[in-house]
Amino acid sequence: MQYMLLIYTSPDAEPVYGTPEFQAMMQGFTDFNDRAQADGVLRGGEALQGIETATSLRLRGGKVETMDGPFAETREHLGGYYILELPDLDAALRYAALLPVAAWGTIEVRPLMSYNPANL
Amino acid sequence: MTGAAPQAMAVARALSLVMREDRGRLMAALVARLGDFQRAEDALQEAGISALLHWGRSGLPDSPRAWLLKVAGRKALDRLRAEGRSARREAALAQFAVLETVEATEDISDERLRLIFPCCHPALEEKSRVALTLRTVCGLTTEEIARMFLDTASTMGQRLSRAKSKIALAGIPFAVPGPEEWDDRLRTVLTTIYLIFTTGYTAGPDEPRNLCAEAIFLCRLLLALRPGQAEIEGALALMLLTDARCAARIGADGASVPPGEQDRALWDTQCLNEGRALLHTALLRKRAGPFQIKAAISACQMADTGPDWPQILQLYTVLVTLEPTAVVRLNHAVALAETGHVEAAQAVITRLQPELDGFQPLHAAAAVIHARAGAWDEARRNGLAAIEGAEREADRLLLRKLLQGLGSAGRGPTSAFDTISMFTGERVMRDDDLARPVGGENGLGSHGGNDLA
Repeated sequence: MQYMLLIYTSPDAEPVYGTPEFQAMMQGFTDFNDRAQADGVLRGGEALQGIETATSLRLRGGKVETMDGPFAETREHLGGYYILELPDLDAALRYAALLPVAAWGTIEVRPLMSYNPANL
Repeated sequence: MTGAAPQAMAVARALSLVMREDRGRLMAALVARLGDFQRAEDALQEAGISALLHWGRSGLPDSPRAWLLKVAGRKALDRLRAEGRSARREAALAQFAVLETVEATEDISDERLRLIFPCCHPALEEKSRVALTLRTVCGLTTEEIARMFLDTASTMGQRLSRAKSKIALAGIPFAVPGPEEWDDRLRTVLTTIYLIFTTGYTAGPDEPRNLCAEAIFLCRLLLALRPGQAEIEGALALMLLTDARCAARIGADGASVPPGEQDRALWDTQCLNEGRALLHTALLRKRAGPFQIKAAISACQMADTGPDWPQILQLYTVLVTLEPTAVVRLNHAVALAETGHVEAAQAVITRLQPELDGFQPLHAAAAVIHARAGAWDEARRNGLAAIEGAEREADRLLLRKLLQGLGSAGRGPTSAFDTISMFTGERVMRDDDLARPVGGENGLGSHGGNDLA
């Protein structure tokens, strides 16, 4: 199965650039990438620009409405994601716990939907 | 025509007995092969319908359990074939091919441990864990479970099907967790079983299915499948010791009676002795854990010479570091007061007051502790709040008795807190409890799962 690990964190809880804590976080992500790569489970993953860069759009009555900002104003923002190929949820939760952000933010684990009827 | 109706009745009775006794084992074997709760449940139900027909015609098979498993397997395969899902079908076919070679007299291996862990997975809501375990492992009907929760059968049915569908879609494995996750996952399983027990203890003996007995059955099963685990022994000991007091916990006047004041003649000695022996065995393993400590506290409450408060205080002092939940911290404060450290106990209560204001166990504990200190106004104010928030009439009566005794004839109140709080702080959440005052503070430790919000 494929799982998406959605990384939520509130900016004021994050380590400040240049501090040893920031360095530790960077190392944490590097270790995670190396580990997932070596285990052969990494299918994708990117970091996102901050929510101040977000634009939201919806179509109402045939008209495009464009808004500055994210879909929902929450304290914790979606900051990035990984997609991993794993046998089950327990394995996905094990990887989620390895992400450095888990210590101060929240990792949401969601299975990707499969459209292959043979695997249903 | 002669005798057809009695025979049909006899077959139906035999079938419902097997379905009740062996449902857990059958479900475990089917889920293991099908990898899906709903399919397993549907297949077992169809096999039951077949059994009614065949057993009525040709008599009971040698092993009804093996017969049901084999037929349920065929039914499941028929469905998979009809749906034309090849990958799943091939996997299941291989699994069931093994089953076909099993003689109908042979016994099926017990795979219930692999069933309990997904039912009690931390990715499911606490209430769903309880319901799914009762349905799948204990074989209670959806209606019976709904009654326990004061829910309608359709609400409970939806909850159960949401849980089963999450297990399937999120890929919750049908497996016993490995060594690195064992302790955490076992704790979640034991907590689920203990919630079943406390729900039964609070509901009283009027319910058609005794949940205390179901919880003790589950704990014994767990211990039989994984012998030598100190925390399983501790949890079983805790339930046996508590259950031993069942007949003595409500007095003739209908009020709760604290363990120290109960009529010991009403205690179930067999239960008590088994609980003590199990606790002893567990402690010798030198692998302390919260359930063993709680069992030890219960044993100290029931010491031959009356409650051993100094020992109880020591145990709470350890427990509060392992499981710093509101109820444990409050019980710790009561133990402080009972051993003469009244000022320290008041300090704990004062510190917890802003965080837990309105939480019934806080007010019950505060009433007892302030009364010990002679702070009658504070004791009365908290006592009234505790009465208002009490869930059971028996607890309200006990609290009223305590309030009436306040300040009269210099007699301090006895500590009733243990009986009042134990079963209000740790219980299954009902839907109207979502606005509970303490997030995640229901005795689940770090594995609550609900306190991410």
